[in-house]
Amino acid sequence: MEEKKTKARVRMREQDPLERARNFMEVPCGYTPDEAIEEANRCLTCLKPACRNGCPVEVDIPSFIKLIKDGKFIEAAWKVKEKNALPAVCGRVCPQEIQCESLCILGKKGEPVAVGNLERFAADYEAEKGGIKVPEKPKATGRKIAIIGSGPGGLTCASDLIKSGHRVTLFEALHKPGGVLVYGIPEFRLPKVIVEREVEYIKKLGVELRLNTVIGKLYTVDELLNEQGYDACFIVTGAGLPIFMGIPGENLNGIYSANEFLTRANLMKAYLFPEYDTPIKRGKKVAVFGGGNVAMDSARVALRLGAENVYLIYRRSEAEMPARKAEVHHAHEEGIEFVFLTNPTRFIDDDKGNVCGIECIKMELGEPDASGRRKPIPIKGSEFQIEIDVAIPALGTRANPLLTKTMTDLELNKRGYIAAEEGTGMTSKPGVFAGGDIVTGSATVILAMGAGRKAANAINEYLKWKYWDVSNLPKS
Amino acid sequence: MYKVLVSEQLVPNIHLLNIEAAEIAKKALIGQFVVVMVDEVGERIPLSLADWDVEEGTVTLVVMQVGTSTRKLAALKSGDYILSIAGPSGLPSHLEKFGTVACIGGCYGIGAIIPIARSLKSLGNEVISIIEARSKNLLYWQDKLQQVSDELILATGDGSSGYKGWAYDPLKEMLERGKKIDIVFAHGCTFMMRLISEATRSFGVKTLVVLNPIMVDGTGMCGVCRVSVGGETKFACVDGPEFDGHKVDWDLLMARRTIYLEEEIRSLQRYECQQWYFETAKAMKAKV
Ligand SMILES: Cc1cc2nc3c(=O)[nH]c(=O)nc-3n(C[C@H](O)[C@H](O)[C@H](O)COP(=O)(O)OP(=O)(O)OC[C@H]3O[C@@H](n4cnc5c(N)ncnc54)[C@H](O)[C@@H]3O)c2cc1C
Ligand SMILES: Cc1cc2nc3c(=O)[nH]c(=O)nc-3n(C[C@H](O)[C@H](O)[C@H](O)COP(=O)(O)OP(=O)(O)OC[C@H]3O[C@@H](n4cnc5c(N)ncnc54)[C@H](O)[C@@H]3O)c2cc1C
Ligand code: SF4
Ligand code: SF4
Ligand code: FES
Repeated sequence: MEEKKTKARVRMREQDPLERARNFMEVPCGYTPDEAIEEANRCLTCLKPACRNGCPVEVDIPSFIKLIKDGKFIEAAWKVKEKNALPAVCGRVCPQEIQCESLCILGKKGEPVAVGNLERFAADYEAEKGGIKVPEKPKATGRKIAIIGSGPGGLTCASDLIKSGHRVTLFEALHKPGGVLVYGIPEFRLPKVIVEREVEYIKKLGVELRLNTVIGKLYTVDELLNEQGYDACFIVTGAGLPIFMGIPGENLNGIYSANEFLTRANLMKAYLFPEYDTPIKRGKKVAVFGGGNVAMDSARVALRLGAENVYLIYRRSEAEMPARKAEVHHAHEEGIEFVFLTNPTRFIDDDKGNVCGIECIKMELGEPDASGRRKPIPIKGSEFQIEIDVAIPALGTRANPLLTKTMTDLELNKRGYIAAEEGTGMTSKPGVFAGGDIVTGSATVILAMGAGRKAANAINEYLKWKYWDVSNLPKS
Repeated sequence: MYKVLVSEQLVPNIHLLNIEAAEIAKKALIGQFVVVMVDEVGERIPLSLADWDVEEGTVTLVVMQVGTSTRKLAALKSGDYILSIAGPSGLPSHLEKFGTVACIGGCYGIGAIIPIARSLKSLGNEVISIIEARSKNLLYWQDKLQQVSDELILATGDGSSGYKGWAYDPLKEMLERGKKIDIVFAHGCTFMMRLISEATRSFGVKTLVVLNPIMVDGTGMCGVCRVSVGGETKFACVDGPEFDGHKVDWDLLMARRTIYLEEEIRSLQRYECQQWYFETAKAMKAKV
């Protein structure tokens, strides 16, 4: 019965919950090589690996895990990188439980193989031991591509296109590249050095990075295409327009959009104030509204800023929460107080313009709605109040119109997202491609990366036909 | 990195920075601002474009020192670098031939009102400019403003030059006298813009103000700059910063601007201490 023993998944060591709830260091500590091999050995190297169907970019999971089994860690990382340019990121932030790991055959009887943990291990090992391997410069094509937005979608597309020999410029509105990976996802979940490493890599490949450049303001897409000689343009600007709830008192001091709260904390490093100049309110009693990753991140940042109580208020029940399972689990461990089936109805002020409480109403679940989840319905007369000093609505985002407003010939869908062909990212405007959250609405890192890769392929195709090149015809 | 070409004090507490930023200069429109981050640990703060020169490839900012970030900017010397400048941001002012216009500037707004006055004048308006300060020695650029105005009125709190009082006083007097003013543009501190809006309200004179809420990204992503105008929530960085002063919820704006008061004081004290320490260390070194 050797087999039984190996069934349990190798746990990744983690910082103690009480300790980590007060610091910004990464929560899981990573596998040692021995642990990685032990976990890899659980994998059956299936001939028809179901896990692979669960990965949006079809990482060759059995092959890379086999390499780990054999102790070929760096080769394992390269294997993953054939399909996924940012394994150190995806290993940490992919919702594996609904993707690759959800289909792993071992999951039928026990725990699935920890694909994410192994991916992370291989990538970290390569970064630490392998040094950065820069592929040889491909033959220059003389074509120029503009990529707008340096989130995971933009980084992936840039890295693919530069390898095809084009000149690639990556335009970013903020002063740091990485999109949500730097301004949204906190340090304790995704250390910023990892993102910096990836950015350094694509810079080494020759991608030109233009920070502080808001397209739609400094240049329009038409200017890039018609005046600056770009042959094609990929728009991956994310879905960064915060949604407020539209309930009374929402503009009181102490009420942050999750975007603002996380941007201050992550991008501007307000948790290190006053060493860093950007301040943030360190609430004692904090309420976060929502049930996704953004809500979970906001709650855990608030806790790390010193809150005594952090209430995570969600209008449905735990089962419906869209956040990654691991994060919900971590949040529970750290002492976040979950308040399910509850919705805020108004904010209460202290007469000085600050929020000092919220009024909430209890909800019950009715019939499933369009999303298939059971619809929450308010219970009359169940209102109650909670004392708080900081509130963070994390109820999702919408399409930011800043850029699209300047492009009248670009088709948008009803909700303001860019209409783009699935599989290519082609838009209604010739030479303009789009992908990531600005097309799909808030989704995942790996989907944005997949869109970046597909757009890179489509742009390569487009460039082949854009110019009718007869110079290669045999001359007789 | 953006090179500071000229850095000089205009009057106590108000500083001029002329910065190399060719692309921004080429795109700048009247009424727009930039988001500046002075160094690696700095804040992102919005500053109006007081002027720009396409040929020279420069932009000019007028900075009033109120806290750490503006203090850091003012401490820059010619030849120093600023980490990042993003822009031009915000919607440009809508300028046309209105008839008679009043351009009102206070504190840093004296600088930023000049391009507005200049353009209004060249569009054929009669331009009356009014600028205010606590005292005569805090007024600047009277000559520049004079050149683009049909009339320049000064107002000083202590009466050391021009009117004794604030810009509000001569404006109100003019309106009461029956002087026909078609539109008012006001740029400067919140309190002044509010007073001006109050002055013109009963006379039904349209008044445009450049709102100055706290900002972070300046691209509509964070929502910290939300203001209430005509009962609607707007993001000043993308929907403004210019709004109808009669519709602005001033109490909300003023309250929202004070959110970090405590932190800002702490930050400033820390900065001043550090500066003192550096200066002292330098002086000691020089002695040795
Ligand atoms: C707090 C938070 C936590 C998350 N957690 C997870 C997770 O655990 N797992 C997961 O898979 N997904 C997670 N997501 C979702 C995931 O991060 C996004 O789906 C993904 O980042 C989208 O990538 P993108 O490339 O489309 O855009 P983004 O990452 O949003 O990047 C867009 C970039 O474009 C820039 N930009 C915007 N407009 C312009 C312009 N006009 N000119 C120039 N640049 C511009 C922006 O500044 C930004 O840097 C999370 C999201 C958030 C906010
Ligand atoms: C669209 C826009 C354009 C702007 N243009 C300019 C400009 O051209 N020049 C300029 O100097 N500033 C301008 N400001 C204001 C400027 O952004 C702030 O003064 C700056 O962010 C303050 O940063 P700080 O770190 O120095 O001070 P902080 O430490 O952030 O602030 C110190 C304290 O002073 C208060 N305060 C801030 N500004 C003022 C003020 N003007 N008068 C009185 N109290 C104030 C704050 O509320 C705060 O409590 C503009 C603001 C906006 C939104
Ligand atoms: S990229 Fe994400 S979904 Fe694909 S194998 Fe890796 S962790 Fe799983
Ligand atoms: S399904 Fe599970 S066991 Fe099979 S190859 Fe994939 S990870 Fe390994
Ligand atoms: S400054 Fe962030 S939305 Fe306006």
